[in-house]
Amino acid sequence: MKAPAFDYVKPASMAEALAYLKQYGAGAQVLAGGQSLMAVLNLGMASPDVLVDITALPGLNEIKVQADSVTIGALVTHAALQASPQVAQHVPLLWQAVPHVAHMAIRNAGTIGGSLALADPAAEYPAVALALNATLTLQGPGGQRQVSAQDFFLGFYSTARAEDELLVAVTFPKVKGGQVMVFDELTRRRGDYALCGLAAAFEVKGSVISTARLAYLSMGDRPMLASSAAAELMGKVPSAATIAAAQAALAQDLSPNGDLHGSAKGKLQWARVLLERSVSHVGKSV
Amino acid sequence: MGPGIAGAQRQPCGEKRMSEIRRQISVQVNAERVERPVLVRQHLVDFLREELDLTGSHLGCEYGVCGACQVMLDGKVVRGCLTLAVRADGKQVQTVEGLSEAGELADLQEAFLNHNALQCGFCSSGMLMTALNIVRHHPDASREEIREHISGNYCRCTGYQAIVTAIESVLVKNRASAVLGASL
Repeated sequence: MKAPAFDYVKPASMAEALAYLKQYGAGAQVLAGGQSLMAVLNLGMASPDVLVDITALPGLNEIKVQADSVTIGALVTHAALQASPQVAQHVPLLWQAVPHVAHMAIRNAGTIGGSLALADPAAEYPAVALALNATLTLQGPGGQRQVSAQDFFLGFYSTARAEDELLVAVTFPKVKGGQVMVFDELTRRRGDYALCGLAAAFEVKGSVISTARLAYLSMGDRPMLASSAAAELMGKVPSAATIAAAQAALAQDLSPNGDLHGSAKGKLQWARVLLERSVSHVGKSV
Repeated sequence: MGPGIAGAQRQPCGEKRMSEIRRQISVQVNAERVERPVLVRQHLVDFLREELDLTGSHLGCEYGVCGACQVMLDGKVVRGCLTLAVRADGKQVQTVEGLSEAGELADLQEAFLNHNALQCGFCSSGMLMTALNIVRHHPDASREEIREHISGNYCRCTGYQAIVTAIESVLVKNRASAVLGASL
């Protein structure tokens, strides 16, 4: 199918981009890499009045390493994340997630900001951002504001970004000694949308898991924190008994809807499988 | 609440609005500089096929899944159906036609022929873009890794064995010539 008619603007400055967003309101759609938006337009599932192409905006393409954190500009592509030694070293959970995002041709064009701002519940980065409680920076007419990942994802394709704001960057805490990061997902074929995915951040002291933060994708209308399961892991050694207790607790955290991909019960089982794999990985690294 | 894509869903699609908005673009397509106005809603492969008669790039699903539409944009493989033609302004596009003429695909094309790595043939031009990307950037790829790369080009055939073998044969040949070159 072909995209419906729309206008297209490519602002050269942030002020100009924000002016377009204000002018067109809900009729404007921000275009970054376009790897989800173009598909939706071709399918005739959206008909915006105007696409605001933000790829000419300066300064959104950088990966900045600070003392305790790494700030990634919204226009950094998946391919650039994959090729970044800084991301691999300092934000290994994100780096592990990148190869799971679609295919090379799409990773060459799609951006981290686009993925976070779209907030597809099956996408990898929202879950990674939630697991690490990343900070998202939004630029609006009144300046910048920061929103934690926990407060950013509000529901199905819905975020705390206002219509007149742009997501300009995301800041992840640097990994510290003693932390173990595990990203894994289940797909029918490599590159397909995840049936279930888990971004997990653990801290390990001696042989004991001291903290755990588990963020699931494809298990609800947004990335889902499994705090009851995480509580079962904390202060325990990563044993079979610990894993079983945490798997049982997942039913309190997740209530996925059955759909054509799987039943509700089956989906919960996938989540348990990924939990087991991820905690076993911690067991191997202590 | 932020506007998701659904937030822009205000009018039924197909309704005639601004249907003829065009922008002038200047784009290098293969060996040729092309300057002309394009419909802003037209994607790159429709532009190549309909406006420039370059029909080597195919449209399968038209939502980014099948990979038959792949072209090189500034040297990087992209989905042509997920790229607006207007965004190619100032850039270089290489299609299967141009890369064939330049001889860049000669080894791969020969290997695809020798191994009968065509299946129904609809995916071949997009598959060759992925294969070229493997040859250029992943010269040591294993069969398993080749499969992972071409997973973005799966369409309705199955198997893809001969395609994996054809790509692998080019990698093996290139590695042998690299060793030979180093020993001379």
